[in-house]
Amino acid sequence: MNLGVEFCGVQFKNPVFTASGTFNSGREFADVIDLNQIGAVIVKGVSNKPWKGNVTPRIAETYGGMLNAVGLQNPGIDVFIREDIPFLRQYDTKIIVNIVGRTVDEYVEVALKLANADVDMLELNISCPNIKEGGVAFGVDPNMAELVTREVKKVAKQPLIVKLSPNVTDITKIAKAVERGGADGISLINTLIGMKIDIHKRKTVLGRKTGGLSGPIIKPVAIRMVYQVRQVTKLPIIGVGGIMTGEDAIEFMMAGASAISVGTANLLNPRATMKVLDGIENYMKTYNLLDINKIVGIIE
Amino acid sequence: MCYNPLNKVKCRVVHNNEIVPNIYDMSIDVGEMVKHINPGQFVNLYVKGGIHLLPRPISICEVNKKEKTIRVIYAVVGEGTKILSSRQKRDSIEVLGPLGKGFEISKGKGNILIVGGGVGTPPLLELAKILKEIYGEKVKLTIVLGFKNDIFLVDEFKNYGDVYIATDSGRQGYKGNVIEMIEDKLLPYIDTIDYLYSCGPTPMLKGLQKFNIKHSIKGEFSLEERMGCGFGACVGCVIPIRNSVNKDSINLTKETMKDNDYIYKKVCKDGPVFDCLEVIF
Ligand SMILES: Cc1cc2nc3c(=O)[nH]c(=O)nc-3n(C[C@H](O)[C@H](O)[C@H](O)COP(=O)(O)OP(=O)(O)OC[C@H]3O[C@@H](n4cnc5c(N)ncnc54)[C@H](O)[C@@H]3O)c2cc1C
Ligand SMILES: Cc1cc2nc3c(=O)[nH]c(=O)nc-3n(C[C@H](O)[C@H](O)[C@H](O)COP(=O)(O)O)c2cc1C
Ligand code: FES
Repeated sequence: MNLGVEFCGVQFKNPVFTASGTFNSGREFADVIDLNQIGAVIVKGVSNKPWKGNVTPRIAETYGGMLNAVGLQNPGIDVFIREDIPFLRQYDTKIIVNIVGRTVDEYVEVALKLANADVDMLELNISCPNIKEGGVAFGVDPNMAELVTREVKKVAKQPLIVKLSPNVTDITKIAKAVERGGADGISLINTLIGMKIDIHKRKTVLGRKTGGLSGPIIKPVAIRMVYQVRQVTKLPIIGVGGIMTGEDAIEFMMAGASAISVGTANLLNPRATMKVLDGIENYMKTYNLLDINKIVGIIE
Repeated sequence: MCYNPLNKVKCRVVHNNEIVPNIYDMSIDVGEMVKHINPGQFVNLYVKGGIHLLPRPISICEVNKKEKTIRVIYAVVGEGTKILSSRQKRDSIEVLGPLGKGFEISKGKGNILIVGGGVGTPPLLELAKILKEIYGEKVKLTIVLGFKNDIFLVDEFKNYGDVYIATDSGRQGYKGNVIEMIEDKLLPYIDTIDYLYSCGPTPMLKGLQKFNIKHSIKGEFSLEERMGCGFGACVGCVIPIRNSVNKDSINLTKETMKDNDYIYKKVCKDGPVFDCLEVIF
């Protein structure tokens, strides 16, 4: 049975990755699961300088999902390079660094610092607001998405995946834009913007009012978007959004994803990635599927 | 095999009773977990059903090593705790834990003041029990408990020290809040206090912090914040901690603090127990 996948020229032992921001750099999970079993750890978003993140409450529960407004709190690229890369390199898994920024220059600065670092890939999180353009997310404007991809690609020494925001009217336009910008792969979807009101207190539950919706509730949207993007580009896709089980993962792969990321499920059960991996294996056994790559994009 | 708190365990409910209106007392058979619990730690209880995904963090109120059970006391405040309240003897429930760092037991010698408010009192019961078990006569506990209206756990606390009660309604004990009561009735004791442990609603802790500053009392608070995971992965449950405790910084609030004044720490992993002066409210 072959679980190995190739993605942007890099070989992974299996298609199960961790979704950025739900796994930190793996430390919290290292005692309870064997990190060697994970295809790749996509680490929490890293910025050029430390970011404080948002006010609390940062978390709200919603039907079949959750809202988060963590605000990308992170200690910055220097600390990441010094502490997290050596930690993750103790394990036989790939390292994919999720990059965040508020300007094109900030993204570029992180990619530059990573150019000589021992990491396997970059994932550009373009759901961040562009402060020079009135806070509009890079990922909702094809021109901005293309520009930031191109500038980062110029300095990047590792394959560059761009992670798309689902908060757009036509995801295929953004996918084509980042392809023009030089992306080597696409990851989707990031969280859907949502809001929750405490009707007893007459105010929003989240301190920042709005937050990103994730969890099983968003899976159908993510599947649809993976499927749509698959139709318009040959770039390989990492599918993410509400994956809780191996069956969910298979569904994403059939829609067109070559690999998948487990996100919110990690928060609900620290062993979620292992459960997904077991589920994929079980599916393969049941259907006598010898190579996982054979199902990628089989839905016409 | 060694016990790992991050492996979810499917447990059995041993009992689950309403002790006063809206407050439930539940015992859960948690097996080996009982050997690894410090007072002040909490567990994640999962409600299940596919709709309510996030954990309900609940403090461990008592540990029974012989029966391998933990006891939790919780208020029904929303849908999750409502579902929990309908769990019956022998029903199964998923539990993760123990989580977080508990109280600093080594500080608990001499004259100890314990202040609890409402559903913040439960973790203090296990604390009182353990302090007495370890230090015996070397520790004297003065326990002040505040409630809205209905009191609970009070008789059990009496096994470990002198108990004082305050209720907002005045239905039992002192009419008013715990701080008013301490200032009114216990002031002579205050100078003799070596250390304080407290858990309760934020307004109470906020008031108590001012009180501690005024009377130079050292101690620790157990705090609450909304949680996405309960074990440090989502960075959702942060609270601001002062970079330094001094005359100027002590008056900072969440509204007035500037970037350089604080760092965020995680309630679930760095806490829920923090130094009582370091927290910015
Ligand atoms: C470390 C810790 C220990 C706690 N110990 C106890 C205890 O011993 N007894 C007790 O009665 N309560 C305790 N709480 C509060 C308890 O977690 C909430 O009352 C409970 O989660 C409410 O769930 P719900 O579904 O009924 O409410 P809902 O409002 O429907 O819950 C919606 C979401 O918000 C979260 N939430 C709501 N209120 C709180 C809160 N005050 N703190 C954190 N998350 C909240 C829920 O977990 C859930 O994810 C503790 C909280 C923390 C953080
Ligand atoms: C608490 C939290 C933090 C997140 N942080 C990041 C981040 O730093 N960078 C990023 O690209 N996506 C981030 N995401 C989005 C996830 O990686 C993922 O795209 C999204 O949650 C959908 O997948 P899921 O439903 O499996 O969680 C975060 C999500 C959550 C819940
Ligand atoms: S609840 Fe996730 S980090 Fe504390």
